[in-house]
Amino acid sequence: MLEVNDLHVYYGGIHALSGVSFKVEEGEIVTLIGANGAGKSTCLKAISGLIQPRSGCIRLKGQALMGIPAHKIAEAGVIHVPEGRRVFANMTVLENLEMGAFARSDRSGIEKDLREVFRRFPRLEERKYQLAGTLSGGEQQMLAIGRGLMARPKIMLLDEPSMGLSPILVREIFDIIKSINAAGTTVLLVEQNAYMALQTAKRAYVLETGFLTMEGPCDKLLADPKVRSAYLGE
Amino acid sequence: MRAIENEFVRRFVVPAVASTALYWILVSIAYRNDYYMYVLTMCAINVIGATSLNLINGFTGQFSLGHAGFMAVGAYVAGSLTKFGHWPFVGALLAGMAGAAVAGFLVGLPTLRLRGDYLAIATLGFGEIIRMLIINSDKLGLKFLEGPRGVPGIKRYSTFGWAFFFAVVTVWILANYIWSTHGRACGAVKEDEVAAEAMGVGTTTYKVMSFTIGASFAGLAGGLHAHLLQLLHPASYDFLKSCDFLVMIVVGGMGNLTGSVLGALFVTLITEALRKLLELRMLAYAVGLICVMLFRPEGLFGTREFSLGALRFLAPRRPVSQVGGDKSGAT
Repeated sequence: MLEVNDLHVYYGGIHALSGVSFKVEEGEIVTLIGANGAGKSTCLKAISGLIQPRSGCIRLKGQALMGIPAHKIAEAGVIHVPEGRRVFANMTVLENLEMGAFARSDRSGIEKDLREVFRRFPRLEERKYQLAGTLSGGEQQMLAIGRGLMARPKIMLLDEPSMGLSPILVREIFDIIKSINAAGTTVLLVEQNAYMALQTAKRAYVLETGFLTMEGPCDKLLADPKVRSAYLGE
Repeated sequence: MRAIENEFVRRFVVPAVASTALYWILVSIAYRNDYYMYVLTMCAINVIGATSLNLINGFTGQFSLGHAGFMAVGAYVAGSLTKFGHWPFVGALLAGMAGAAVAGFLVGLPTLRLRGDYLAIATLGFGEIIRMLIINSDKLGLKFLEGPRGVPGIKRYSTFGWAFFFAVVTVWILANYIWSTHGRACGAVKEDEVAAEAMGVGTTTYKVMSFTIGASFAGLAGGLHAHLLQLLHPASYDFLKSCDFLVMIVVGGMGNLTGSVLGALFVTLITEALRKLLELRMLAYAVGLICVMLFRPEGLFGTREFSLGALRFLAPRRPVSQVGGDKSGAT
């Protein structure tokens, strides 16, 4: 469904991604793991158009995405849930969710998805009229994901959804990701929490300073001694 | 109360009736006194300037310091059209608006990729460029603009009636824009550009759109201003004029339409009321501003929109999907 080919991204003189290629099939959860500065977020930003790659090729169901402005890419169904949640702090929870559906115009579909998001995140419904900035970190993450869902994404790019959350909440967030995926949304997940990510996803790619160094099914990577020592703290 | 729930009544009839009533009340108080009428007209013009600047600064989060520049464009276009072209007043005002809108679009397109302080400096620069162009207009082939001497003899078409009418129309249009989907998108741009872009909001489009709309209403204010002072002069539209509007919206509350209306009234009336203090006037004004910022840093009205009285009806209520929340009553 999503195909990234030989992607090169530079930040000024820094070569942040050097020829990264990977694939996400429809209905999968794929995760990109790696240390700080490995280029994971850069990868997602390049896909969603928030930064411009120097060269390479990104295709969504065969349609080239490179060079298209970010908001058009979002309209095409690639929804980026950015790192650090970035909810609209001075808008209410409901307004945030409505913003998620900004590019859509099917009123009844939006209503339906709103109910669906509230069913999935009852906490958000309770706080419908509360300013998003006053939510706790976990709730903001749920809101960020809910806002992404409101766009009815074909593929959702999740950047560090577990960042800054307590272990219980991390588990909850990953359960949510699984259930979103089970409901039919393809997910590309970027995580520092390699263990949880590998348990949640089906396939994984390992990024190291801009290069893809390993790839494979998650259970294989979980058993790999190199991964275990580098990312799972053994 | 059922009538108020009717969309048409709420959007058109109530604002029209309320503002007509307000107009007659004001006129019946002030009509004997030319000075009062002048101050009221000035208030109305400043309401236009402040609310339109708030659209750019407060609602879209793009810090502009060039409002006087757009005002100058509107003033000079409208003023020269009535004086030299013998255009009808309203036609000239609309042309001034159009001129300012074009200027806003041309300035906005390249500068709105800048953020925060950088945008402020760029728009400040634009305002000065406009002023310098006007000062040197006689050498640039526009002899009739008289350069730094200014153009006297503009007819005094800006009655309180016209200024009030245009102020109401401005607030009404801005309110409808701000509480529409487009306004929501502007709010998202203000809050977080990256997230907005990721949600499918064309941030550049919305920034330029707000900037252009804001500029066009600044042009309207300029046109009215010129036909009130009966003089086109570059010194009327210097950097301090932009600052005045900025003060009005900060005092009233950034991102609050009611606030900028009242901020405009407050600042205009205070400056007039302090005239008796002569040279202490600016000092008292400054102290007043410092006090407002110390005790009400969020502005006189913060983020709350006025809920009672005429102004509430100028603004349509929040979109339909929030109807459930409206049971809570006053917003």
